[in-house]
Amino acid sequence: MSSEAAPYDGLGRPIKGPRALTDDWSRFWHLTYNIARNEFKLRFFGSALGYVWQLMRPLLLFGVLYVFFVLIFKVDKGKGAAGHFYGAQLLGSIVLFTFFSEATAGAVRSVVDRENLVRKIQFPRMVIPMSIVLVALFNLSLNLVVVMLFAVIAGVQPMLTWLELPLIVGVLTVFATGIAMLLSALFVSFRDIQPIWDVFSQVLFYASPVIIPVETVKEKLAYGKLHVYVSNGVVHHYYTDVLLYHVLYRIYLLNPLVVVFQQFRHAMINHAVLNAGQVLGSWLALLEPLGVVVGVFALGFWVFNRSAPLVAENL
Amino acid sequence: MAQPSTAAQLIVVDAVNKTFRVPEERTHTLKERALHPLRRTRNQSFPALKDISFDVRRGEFFGIAGRNGSGKSTLLKCLAGIYGVDSGRIWMHGRLSPFIELGVGFNADLAARDNVVLNGIMMGLSPREARARYDAVIDFAELREFEELKLKNYSSGMYVRLAFSVAIQVDADILLVDEVLAVGDAAFAQKCFDVFTRMRDEGRTIVFVTHDMASLNRFCHRALLLEKGHVVHLGEPHEVADRYLEINFGRDPEAAGAAEDRGGDGEARVLEAWIEDEHGVRQTSLPQGQRITLRALVNFTVDVDDPVASVYVLNEDHVAVIVATTAQENERSGHYAAGENAQFSFSFENVLAPGRYNPLFTLAHRGTGLDLMDRFEGAFSFVVTGPGALGGLVDIPVDVSAVRNPSATSQKVGA
Repeated sequence: MSSEAAPYDGLGRPIKGPRALTDDWSRFWHLTYNIARNEFKLRFFGSALGYVWQLMRPLLLFGVLYVFFVLIFKVDKGKGAAGHFYGAQLLGSIVLFTFFSEATAGAVRSVVDRENLVRKIQFPRMVIPMSIVLVALFNLSLNLVVVMLFAVIAGVQPMLTWLELPLIVGVLTVFATGIAMLLSALFVSFRDIQPIWDVFSQVLFYASPVIIPVETVKEKLAYGKLHVYVSNGVVHHYYTDVLLYHVLYRIYLLNPLVVVFQQFRHAMINHAVLNAGQVLGSWLALLEPLGVVVGVFALGFWVFNRSAPLVAENL
Repeated sequence: MAQPSTAAQLIVVDAVNKTFRVPEERTHTLKERALHPLRRTRNQSFPALKDISFDVRRGEFFGIAGRNGSGKSTLLKCLAGIYGVDSGRIWMHGRLSPFIELGVGFNADLAARDNVVLNGIMMGLSPREARARYDAVIDFAELREFEELKLKNYSSGMYVRLAFSVAIQVDADILLVDEVLAVGDAAFAQKCFDVFTRMRDEGRTIVFVTHDMASLNRFCHRALLLEKGHVVHLGEPHEVADRYLEINFGRDPEAAGAAEDRGGDGEARVLEAWIEDEHGVRQTSLPQGQRITLRALVNFTVDVDDPVASVYVLNEDHVAVIVATTAQENERSGHYAAGENAQFSFSFENVLAPGRYNPLFTLAHRGTGLDLMDRFEGAFSFVVTGPGALGGLVDIPVDVSAVRNPSATSQKVGA
């Protein structure tokens, strides 16, 4: 090896081919930021109503869900204090899910759609999914302002736990980034990733505390299948399928969106709502969903990093 | 092999191989993969680069020539770090500005400024540097009055001008240029040539991929000829240009019969046409400066008096560079009986600029030369090789002189 390299001493290291990351982190950041900024600018100033359209989606969804579940089905009733500010809780969850959905669904096609860039210029490939997540993050920031305005108008008092917001958004962002990397890399070879993710994303929507509060799920699942009967004027109840239901409940709790959304509701809107630790049974159990976040991120990174050198040829 | 390293080597390429693997039957969906998890997709291999070694020194204008599919763009992309290499190593010293394609990453919905800044960052500038260069970019592109316009409203010429301006304002040490010179209008193309000439004179290192031998000769200090992924020749640009023309045109026995669309009344037919070098040997590739002879063998089907045979030597743009006719020299070419064969010859000093030529022969009845008996086009083509290629149609000897402070007597103006 050394004898072979001898004539090339003093040349330093040979160049590497295309990669996911780079040694020049400031360029990585500038690229990501500027691509995201341009994209955001386009959406913001691209049409007459600009940002309003951006806000319309979560607001419309909120309007529909609010009318249906709060005004008609009154899901907030019978929950005691946890039902307070239910509108703000709902809106907060919707906005967070919108961020998640934008970052992940937007990333699916991102590398393929930027084929021109990938095939014509050398830059760290990871910039592409990162910039998608960053645009979604810009939108989230603005939407959260709306949510908090809504909450304050509804009567929510400022709380010290609002300081948890960066942590909550941070965990969600790491999770979304992991999925964004995974999907954008897989889509290069597997074009059915898009419909698959659309469906999966819908499932996650219903499996997260957006419409159906954690309290309700816990009630139905945590102890087993509830049977109620009346005997001699006394109401009796017992549970069956305890193990099955318990496993289902633990799987439900593995979804990082559950603890993230729940903690948001608790810390930002209403302390009477169960916090993440209470939902899980203990704060130590928080390691499970956080483990999923780290695992998904690591998997996404690994897959993207592996496909990055060849992506220009495989497109 | 590349020479042992010296400080002057900015690019060193050592035994680089690159093979593309294209699956014969591409599975595009996860479903297919899930249904047939064990099916191995067979790959077809296309070796694009085979054992390429060369180096480029500081201040050199280095050409890479080769026809389509020879691997020159792949090589450029490997140098630019867009493709990884399978084996071998590449060293690059200094900032790189790739002109693989202009305007990469331009967003049509944004105005010039955002695009210029983003493109600058893409090329490796910091945002501050990119913003600082914006004015120079927009002025060079001559687009000051359109800077507020979204790019989608630009004409393609304006778009290319902007893109080119960004690329040259990056101040890279090494420029990788992929045939982008043929862009824009004539004035802008000239400006681009000027820029490259200036950069060459400033000692910038430029790697230039082309199949235009004229610009290869004009700009490059050294050049590399690729053919089917191999280095065929590495050396002086004119040697490379000669080899290139030889490979591409010389060996092509392009003796298309061209029986169709002959025109004329058919009272005479050109049976065969060819070109000979000064030794009377038939050739398809001729160096500049020799005396060459175009000959046509003609058969007359009826009795003809004083036919007019003409030859038009057409270049690749179908411009007649040289026209000659029997009517020039002797008004009367004589009587030819039905069934008789005759050979017409046109000899001249080969002053043609390097390139490919198609001779067109015509036979006409006595008179204006417009009353055609036969029109024989595309019979064959020949290639002229030479070092010149200054851009003219022909290269004739020109006496050039310069006089310092010419005296008043030599400055007579008008009458």
